Amino acid sequence: MGALTPLAALLVRDMQLAVRLGGGAFIGVLFFLMVVTLVPFALGPDLALLARIGSAILWLGALLASLLGLDRLLASDYEDGSLDLILMASTPLELAVAAKALAHWLTTSLPLVVAAPLLGVLLNLDGRASGAVALTLLAGTPALTYIGLIGAALTVALRRGGLLLAVLVLPLNIPVLIFGVAASNAAIVGPLPFGTPFGILCALSLMSVVIGPFAAAIALRQGLD
Amino acid sequence: MLAVTGPNGAGKSSLLRLVAGLIHPAQGRVVIAGGDPELSIGEQAHYVGHQDAIKPSLTVTENLAFWSRWLGDGNKVAAALAGVGLGALAHLPALHLSAGQRRRLSLARLLAAQRPIWLLDEPGSVLDAAGGAMLAAIMRVHLAAGGLILAAIHGPLELEATRELRLGGTP
Repeated sequence: MGALTPLAALLVRDMQLAVRLGGGAFIGVLFFLMVVTLVPFALGPDLALLARIGSAILWLGALLASLLGLDRLLASDYEDGSLDLILMASTPLELAVAAKALAHWLTTSLPLVVAAPLLGVLLNLDGRASGAVALTLLAGTPALTYIGLIGAALTVALRRGGLLLAVLVLPLNIPVLIFGVAASNAAIVGPLPFGTPFGILCALSLMSVVIGPFAAAIALRQGLD
Repeated sequence: MLAVTGPNGAGKSSLLRLVAGLIHPAQGRVVIAGGDPELSIGEQAHYVGHQDAIKPSLTVTENLAFWSRWLGDGNKVAAALAGVGLGALAHLPALHLSAGQRRRLSLARLLAAQRPIWLLDEPGSVLDAAGGAMLAAIMRVHLAAGGLILAAIHGPLELEATRELRLGGTP
C-alpha cells in the first residue's frame, strides 16, 4: 500500500472488504436477480405488459439493491473505532467518505449495471431497451449511492439503521427513479428525446456526488460529538 | 509522559478523546506548545482507544498496511509487526487473533507511522506479561526520542511516569 495515496488506500481497502466473504459486494446483484425473476411470475404470461414495464422493474430493482449495505458503509467503521482514526487524519473527511461511497458504488451498483441487460431478457426486453436501461443505470446509480451516503452518515450510530436510512433516503431517490425510467422509455418508445431526461439524470448524479460527501461529513461531525 | 488515573467513569477516556479532537469541549480549548502550527493535535497524534480498528476479513498485514498508509507513509509495516511480536502471524486473517493479539496489532500502529503524540487508553489492559513489557519498551523509546505520551491507565505501568493526573469520582 506504500505506493498509494491515503485516499486510494482507503478506496482499495473498502473494495477489498466488500469482495471478501461477508462483505456484501454481490448481495445487490442477487437481490436484483430475485426481484426481476419473481416479477414475471407475479404478473403472469402477459409478454406485452412485461415489455412495457420492464424498464421500470429493472430500475426499481436496481434502486432497492443499491441501498443494500449502505447502512454498514459508515456504521462498521464507527463500531470498530476506524472512524475515529479517519476523522483524525489530514485527509479531509469529505474526501474520505466520497472514497468510501465510490468503493460501494463500484462493488454494489456497477454489477447491477452489468446485470441489467442480462436480466432484461427475463422481462422480454429487446437488446436496445436493455442497453438503454443499463446506460441510464450507469448515469443514475451514482446519485442513489451518494444520496444514500447522507442517510448512512445520519444513521451511523444506530445498530440497525438500515430501515431508517431507507426512510430518509427514498424520498430523495424518487426523482432519480422518475428520470431514469423516463430516459429508458424515451429511448425505447419516444416521443420525448432521450437526451432531456438523461441530461437531468446526469445532473442529479453530478450534484449528488458533490453535495453528498459534504452533507455526510457535516452529519458525521455533528453525530459523533 | 502523563498518566491519567481514576476510577471507572471518571472521564479518562473522554479526556483522551477531547485531546484527540474527537469530542468538542463545552468550555475552554486544548492548545499544544510546539509541533506543527498548521496541523491540529489529532493530525499529530496517535490515538489507541478501547476499540481496535481491525477488520476481521483482512489479514494482519493488510490491516496494518492500510493504517500505516493512512497515518504515515506506509513503509514500516513489517518492522512494526515484528516490534509488537506479531511477525509470525503476518498473513493470518485478523478474525483468528486472540484479544491480546488484536491489542498488539492496534498498538503496532504506533510503530508503523511516526507521530509525536501518543494518546493511549488503557493500552496494557488485555496484554500478557510479555506484552506489557513490550509496551513499556516501545513507550520508553518514544519518550527518549522526544515524544509525548498521554495514557489512561488503571493499575501500575512498568514505566516511570513523569506526572500523574488523578481524576476523581466524587470530590
